[in-house]
Amino acid sequence: METLIEARNLRKTFGDNVAVDGLSLSVSEGEIFALVGPDGAGKTTAIRLLCGAMLADEGHVFLAGFDLHKQTEQAKAQIGYLPQRFSLYGELTVVENLRFFAEVRGLPGKDWLPRSQEILEFVGLEEFANRRADKLSGGMKQKLGLAAALVHRPQILLLDEPTVGVDAATRQAFWRLIISLLVQGVAVLISTPYMDEASRCSQVGFMYGGRLLVEGPPGEIVRRLEGRVVELVGGPRRLVESLARSDPQVEDVQMFGDRMHLRVIAGSSRRVINRLKASLQKEGVVIDRLKPVAPGLEDVFIELLEIVE
Amino acid sequence: MINNRLLSIIRKEFIQIWRDPRTLVLVFAIPVMQLLLMGYSATTDIRNVPLAVFDQDRGSAARELLDAYRAADYFLIAYDVDSEDELRALVDSGDAKAGLIIPPDYSVLIKGEGSAQIAFVLDGSDPTVASTSLSAAQFIAQEHATKLMSNRLSRLGQPASVEMPLEVRTQVWYNPDMISAYFMVPGVIATILYTLTSILTATAVVRERERGTIEQLIVTPIRSWELMVGKMLPYVLLAVMNTLEVLALGSWLFNVPIRGELGLILLLSGLFLLSGLGIGLLASTIANTQQEAMLTVWMTLLPSIFLSGFLFPLQAMPKVLQLISYVIPLRYYLVIIRSLLIKGVGASALQDEILALALFGIGIMTLAAMRFRKRLD
Ligand SMILES: Nc1ncnc2c1ncn2[C@@H]1O[C@H](COP(=O)(O)OP(=O)(O)O)[C@@H](O)[C@H]1O
Ligand SMILES: [Mg+2]
Repeated sequence: METLIEARNLRKTFGDNVAVDGLSLSVSEGEIFALVGPDGAGKTTAIRLLCGAMLADEGHVFLAGFDLHKQTEQAKAQIGYLPQRFSLYGELTVVENLRFFAEVRGLPGKDWLPRSQEILEFVGLEEFANRRADKLSGGMKQKLGLAAALVHRPQILLLDEPTVGVDAATRQAFWRLIISLLVQGVAVLISTPYMDEASRCSQVGFMYGGRLLVEGPPGEIVRRLEGRVVELVGGPRRLVESLARSDPQVEDVQMFGDRMHLRVIAGSSRRVINRLKASLQKEGVVIDRLKPVAPGLEDVFIELLEIVE
Repeated sequence: MINNRLLSIIRKEFIQIWRDPRTLVLVFAIPVMQLLLMGYSATTDIRNVPLAVFDQDRGSAARELLDAYRAADYFLIAYDVDSEDELRALVDSGDAKAGLIIPPDYSVLIKGEGSAQIAFVLDGSDPTVASTSLSAAQFIAQEHATKLMSNRLSRLGQPASVEMPLEVRTQVWYNPDMISAYFMVPGVIATILYTLTSILTATAVVRERERGTIEQLIVTPIRSWELMVGKMLPYVLLAVMNTLEVLALGSWLFNVPIRGELGLILLLSGLFLLSGLGIGLLASTIANTQQEAMLTVWMTLLPSIFLSGFLFPLQAMPKVLQLISYVIPLRYYLVIIRSLLIKGVGASALQDEILALALFGIGIMTLAAMRFRKRLD
């Protein structure tokens, strides 16, 4: 499998602020790499360095084998980029936007027309072809952004938080589109705040302070906390939480909606469960669930954050 | 030179201009407004200055004098008053700009050998009006005195007309009636060209950054020069249309002549545009928002307007300001456009100005192109 995106030791500073600090990653054809991390972690800057929107202070980027710095035109020709912020022309219609980006990206002659129709069908915007872009809903704008990024059939797709602020149905549609691109051999790099999205990706990198704290397939990343997460559902919430926190072998408690994840010291989950069952029942708490669960990416990232902080 | 990418950028820019009513208003309405305002209000032609007359004589000789004032259309005898206080009140309130006081014994004095004195008071708060009125008032009185003198001589049996020992025959070239619109309209053309091209280019580039659209442009293979040229060409075209618009209006409303060749006028206007476009591009590399861009351009605009000779003659300025005016492209273009329209000269008479404009245009453009980056940082 050919490596299509490769970053080596990228670094970018804004004054004293180190936004990206020694980032290396690689994505092969048909793979999707998810960059996750809190706001300000450096995800957007990393993607901008990868597409050449910003110049790295140090490091190298290779896109489909072309050095972004030396063979800029060839390297850029391989990229489709969907920035975090809507970046198409509001005054232009959907199809005028596509025509513009098709033409400036060198689609020959009249090819922009069939290609625009094809790509609009692909993203499901064919009914809106003649609507002005600034009159589209948030979800439709993102689809148009994706269409514009794909209009020249790039091998590499860089998506910066494409599903933020988009309704659930559009999010699902978006992922179906991305998966069908992967099947065609496109390499995708996506940044997302959603763990469920990250866990669908072939590779996940958790970014913090400009660095990747951990990187790998989601299945491998979560193995780090194998057997150390206990899920607890019950009420009243405050009482349950304080009892759980007071257990000597519980390292951390996190709330996920009405579920509580307890991170316990390795090998202690049985004992913690037995102890909590007793103490919770003594306080008259209704326990709906109390059992070991497979760790999620979020559990791992929270643990990593605690270590670096 | 013209490739597909460039054409696409130009087409996109035109669609944006067309669908943005604010730009359209700016481009087509502002020049007309500016021309009308400047043409009608900034005129220095003094006509019909309201005059208050305190005629204490009321004889036929005094009436003859007043008729002389009436005949020249510099003054409008607007008030006939009965006391000096009344006259003062009118000048104080600004209702009258000047006052003429004829003494009670005027007829008697001029009949005999004596000499009469009439008083002319003048509101000096507007120096332009005052200085013109003053010379007009003196001139009219002088003429009238000459007439009285020859009447006196003829009564004494001398020939009726007297030869003056010295006479100045003035001849005003190019603009014999000294109509200030001839002076203003070329100036308006020049400022419009400069303002529109610099502001529109600057905002058009900065808009891409402000709205984030630059991010999508960056990853396309568009080259910096294509983006620059593609951004500028539509505004060059608009500016040329504006030039023609203002020329047509100027000749229709103010009868401003177009004596030079139209081709040469457009060509040299194009040369001048280089400076405006360059300033606009340069401003766009400094500013982050459209507002900042406008402000930056405005900062170059004000000294340009005041130190170019558009409103105030350069010859009357202190030496320092005259020196500064040499680095203001508008200065050279004003000379060119005024000469082309009013004098109808050819390019050879304007070599120095053309050379200066070319140097400025190329210099500013080069500087702007060097700073212009198709990147976010
Ligand atoms: N253009 C910029 N100028 C200055 N600082 C910036 C710029 N872009 C990002 N930063 C800073 O770099 C850091 C990383 O930001 P960003 O890459 O946007 O993170 P993320 O996308 O993960 O939220 C932040 O501290 C941010 O303030
Ligand atoms: Mg971001």
